[in-house]
Parts: sequence; C-alpha cells; structure tokens
Amino acid sequence: MLSENSENQAGIKEYPDANGHFERYGGRYIAEILMPAVLELDEQRQKIMPDPDFNKELIDLLEKYVGRPTPLYFAKRLTEHLQGAKIYLKREDLAHTGAHKINNTIGQALLAHRMGKTRVIAETGAGQHGVATATAAALLGMKCRIFMGVEDIERQAPNVKRMELLGAGITPVDSGSGTLKDAMNEAMRHWVATVSDTFYIIGSVAGPHPYPVMVRDFQKIIGVETKKQILKAAGRLPDILIACVGGGSNAMGLFYPFLDDSTTLIGVEAGGKGLDTDEHAATLTCGSPGVLHGSKSYVLQDEHGQIAPVHSISAGLDYPGVGPEHSLLKDIKRVIYTTADDCEALAAFKMLCLHEGIIPALESSHALAYAIKEAPKRAKDEIMIVNLSGRGDKDLDMVVLALEKEK
Amino acid sequence: MNRLSKAFKNAAEKKEKALVGFVTAGDPTLDESKKIIKKMCESGVDILELGVPFSDPTADGPVIQRSSERALKNKITLETVLKITAELRQDIEVPIILFSYYNPIFAFGPQKFYEKARAAGADGVLVVDLPPEESDELTGGWNDGDFSLIRLVAPTTPSERIAKIAASASGFLYLVSMTGVTGSGGLNTSLIADLVREVRIYSDLPLCVGFGISTVDDVANVAQVADGVVIGSAFERLIEENIDKPDLAERLAERTEEYKEATKI
Ligand SMILES: Cc1ncc(COP(=O)(O)O)c(C=O)c1O
Repeated sequence: MLSENSENQAGIKEYPDANGHFERYGGRYIAEILMPAVLELDEQRQKIMPDPDFNKELIDLLEKYVGRPTPLYFAKRLTEHLQGAKIYLKREDLAHTGAHKINNTIGQALLAHRMGKTRVIAETGAGQHGVATATAAALLGMKCRIFMGVEDIERQAPNVKRMELLGAGITPVDSGSGTLKDAMNEAMRHWVATVSDTFYIIGSVAGPHPYPVMVRDFQKIIGVETKKQILKAAGRLPDILIACVGGGSNAMGLFYPFLDDSTTLIGVEAGGKGLDTDEHAATLTCGSPGVLHGSKSYVLQDEHGQIAPVHSISAGLDYPGVGPEHSLLKDIKRVIYTTADDCEALAAFKMLCLHEGIIPALESSHALAYAIKEAPKRAKDEIMIVNLSGRGDKDLDMVVLALEKEK
Repeated sequence: MNRLSKAFKNAAEKKEKALVGFVTAGDPTLDESKKIIKKMCESGVDILELGVPFSDPTADGPVIQRSSERALKNKITLETVLKITAELRQDIEVPIILFSYYNPIFAFGPQKFYEKARAAGADGVLVVDLPPEESDELTGGWNDGDFSLIRLVAPTTPSERIAKIAASASGFLYLVSMTGVTGSGGLNTSLIADLVREVRIYSDLPLCVGFGISTVDDVANVAQVADGVVIGSAFERLIEENIDKPDLAERLAERTEEYKEATKI
C-alpha cells in the first residue's frame, strides 16, 4: 500500500523499482519460458539506451526519418469557436506513419537490432502500432509479423494494406472478441515459441517490466518537446494537458516530463456506449487491480477475475487493461482519469475537421472531446494542450458509417 | 508423508513413473467433468492437475484455450473448482494440484485462496504466470509445508536461475519440455534428458516433464528420464473429440490406462 507521504508528489519519477514495481503495480507476471528473455531485455536496455552512440542514431532517425520535433500548433479557430482556454495541439499526427507509435517502434527496433535479433513481432489494435513496427523493421532490414484481431482488421482496413506493403506478415486473431487484447494474447503465445531469435515490440506502456518504463522512455520525447515549445510560444507552462488513454503510451509520453510541475494532467478513456452499459473500455475509471498481459494494474474484470469484454468505437482504446504507471498516478491522484463516449469522440472528430482542417484519429478524438467540453469553462488566458496522438485516415470508413447511422 | 511424496514413492515401488493428468475443471459440463476426473484417477492418474479456467490463457495452445472457454460458459469459477476439489477428496487419495493463471487467485484473495484450497484438500497450486520474483504475495502467509507452490523450469532457464528456482521449490519441479505453448508438437527427448540432467544437479525433488506429450511412445520416452509425465492437451483433445459420446469418461479412462502402462520402466 501507499505510505501517507507518497501523496507528496516529489519522487514520482523514481518509479519503478528494480523489479518494475510502481508501488503495488507493474512487475513481471509471465510464463517461466519468457522470464530469461525479459530479464535479458532489462539488462540490455539499461546498457544500450544511455549509450551516446545509440542515442545519436535514435535522435538522428527521429529527426530525419520521423520528422521530429512535431509542431505544437495553436488551434486558433477552435479556440475562438469554444470561447475559452487557448487550445494547443501537439501534432503527433504529423509524425511519419501518422501517430506517436513510431517514437517507440524505432527505439525498440534499434534496441532489438543491437541485441542481435533478426525478427520482430507486435500486436496491434488500430493498426498504427503495427504499421509503425513494420516500418521500423523495413528500415532496419528485419523480418516482421503483426498480430491483429479480426474485428480490427475489418474496421482498420487501410492499415492492414499498409503493413502488407511494408513487408510484414499479418496473423489474424479470431479468439475472444477479435480485438487488441486477443491480438496481444496471440503475440505472447507466438513469442513463447520463438523467443530465441524474436524481439516482441509491445506497443504501449503495458506488459511485463521493463516494457512500461522502456516504452515511456521512448515516448517521453513528446512531453520534452512540448515543454520547450510552450515555453517558447507562451513563456510559461501549460495549465492543463489532455491525452487519450488506451494502454497509455501517448499519455505517459506527454505527461512524464510534467509530473513534478503543477500542470493539471487529464487522461481520457473510452466511454464506448456509456459507463452504465457493459460496452466501454474505461479501465481506470471503472476497473479494479488485477493481472493481465504480464503486469499488475487496473483491469476491467468480473468478480471472479475473468477479463471483461470491452468496447470502443476506436480500436486503439478498445482494451481492458492499462499501463501500471497510470494505475499509480490514479491512486496518488496526480493524473485525473475521465472518459469520453463514442458519440462525443465522433462529434470532436467532426469539429476538428471543420474548424481546423485536421482529420484526427478516433483515439485522439477522445482527448479532443474532453478539451471541447472543458475549454469553455476556463478563462481565456489559460493554456490547454491536447495530444493529437494520430491522424484519422485509417478511420474514414468507420466514421462515415457511424455518421450515416446518426442520420 | 504427504500425499504428493506418497504418490511418487508408490510409483517408484511399482517400478513406474508418476502419471500427472491435467483437465480443465467443468469441461465439458460440471457433472461430466467430475465423472471423467474420477474415472481417470481410478485408471492410473497418480497426480491430478485441475485447471481453473481463465479468459486469457496466454501460455496455452488452442486445445486448452477451447476447454477453458467451455468451462467458462458453464460458469465455472475458482470457487467451483475448490468445491469440486473438496468433493473429490471425499473419494480419492490422489494428490490434487490446482492449475491457474494468477488473476483468478488474485481476485479471490491470495490468502483466502490458500486457506480454502487447503481446507478443500488440495495439495498445491501451479500458477503459470507467477514467477518466483512475484510469488511472495501468494505464499507470504503460508505455514503448511505440505501445501506446495509448484515451480516451473523451462529450456530457456539459465543454470543460476534453475538453482534459485530449485532452492524455493517444494512438492515437485515442473520441467517445460519445449519453448512453446501447451499442446505444441515436436517433442525432443534428448533435449528433455539434458534438461532433466541439469535440473537434477540442483534439486532432489521429483522432476515432472510436461508440454507436448501426447502419444504412448512419448510417455514411454519421457518416463525413461523423468519422475513424472504430465499430459494435458492430449486428454483435452480426447474430451473435445468425443464431447457428445455417452461413454466419454470411459474413453478417457481407457487412454489413461494406456499412458499408465507406458510409465512402467
Ligand atoms: C493514434 C493513437 N492514439 C492512441 C492510441 C492508444 O494507445 P496509447 O494509450 O498507448 O497511446 C493508439 C493505439 O493504437 C493510436 O493509434
């Protein structure tokens, strides 16, 4: 349990401990077959990630290949329309392949390459992590296989074609609900059988230690850049940061450099068809501590510890788990977690298209939906930054279908 | 002497190895499952591994995944599995090891689980996704040397780690025969022999080998080198293939006898 004075936020950044525990969360809950690989990964990443040569190569790729830093853009028309706080957008949608996921996959693929692995695998929901993994594999000349639920293959079809063009093999997963959770189950099963030459690139701050901390470290560039950019643009820190939370990587990446500041941090989960139904994916809002996919964290589950079926219009948020660091940040109240439902996300999607000429990912639209609700309640000199974690090209079919249904 | 030690000793006295049989509790139905288990125990299963179904069995192949799904459809919970255990304990002396993923136990409450499992007459638990690094939460309050947390060793486990795992193990050690999920093919008997030889350096506990053992020949080969042979997917496949047959339990009993025969050395 948390001690009294851990309410005092100094020291949050010292987590996790050597075994990957964020207080009671995190850890390594995996089959013995995988333990040696995961322990080796932890040892190697601690050696390789601080290495100046590794960093030089990574930063070089992030600049010249990914297109970093991504802009921090003042959404003037949206701000005027909402008549409240100034809204800035961190434009991860402009990163190569169209989402923040590439920050992590380039990092992990480089690490895998240094460790002498010749093959990478990944799970994907929205397909953005799959595309970003396939891209990094093509860039480094590695073999690549992506696990994707059959429902997601249908609703994120453009990304399936992209992965194939990039040379990745796709394994459709039809167990369970055929979504992200099931894709991750199957990727883990495959990894168990191929662990000697295969590196598993997990796509969020989830999974066994060291994935949550490693992915956060590859994604924190979002927050590092944002801090510099807002200080330059506005001369001060923002009042509020908003990010959507599926597994939690874009949120963790944005929030991490601000944890010791007084900025309000808001994580927005998928409210699906409403929190009063069973069809949502609001893990931190409605879940309870449990163990899924290698770590202890909040989980949506029944009273018997069976993982619950979940729903979101956005494939990337349609997941019953969440990264362990978020669970700690929720318990100590450093981050406030809330939800936006399918309809609110769609409305936000439309509004950004019409007022800014930007087509956002449905995942990011959840963060936007909160901003749209909150901005008018805030003074005009307040600064709000929304992580626009990805672009919405992949979502066009889904959105057109949903909008037709609305009519 | 506890039930587990007795089972290995009895087998040794009869010049055979222990047959460890896994089935998912409540598959295909609660009643049929109880019938199957009893028959199997009467027909040669020396140690029963009773599977607690889980929604996301990441270490299992398709056969055990489907058995888990069937049991969950029958609303089998950890509580039900404990009830089945207590009922079985009335009639049989076969040691019962509960086989689970950690989340159902965590949701139930680790200490409450320990107390109820012991009271039901279980002899231990094997938690697939709970390595020694995380197991203190479960075993912290254990005070009965006769209830074991069965530890696993895999072909990927390096020597120093085998030593560490062996040092805290009790009951028996479960050696994973291959790098793969349950029910995979491609058993390599000479690799298994190597693994057994290496683990033997660090432990005097009985060594049971499991994963991918399905034919009578497999059993005979593994029985040459290990103290126990674990069969899971092969039993579950038989259940699945004969799910509507009135003599389902008899078919499992028959197969059990064949396997048992093959454990003789
Ligand atoms: C654009 C975009 N944003 C957000 C997410 C959710 O993941 P996370 O919470 O790890 O950022 C995804 C996942 O697929 C995504 O594609």
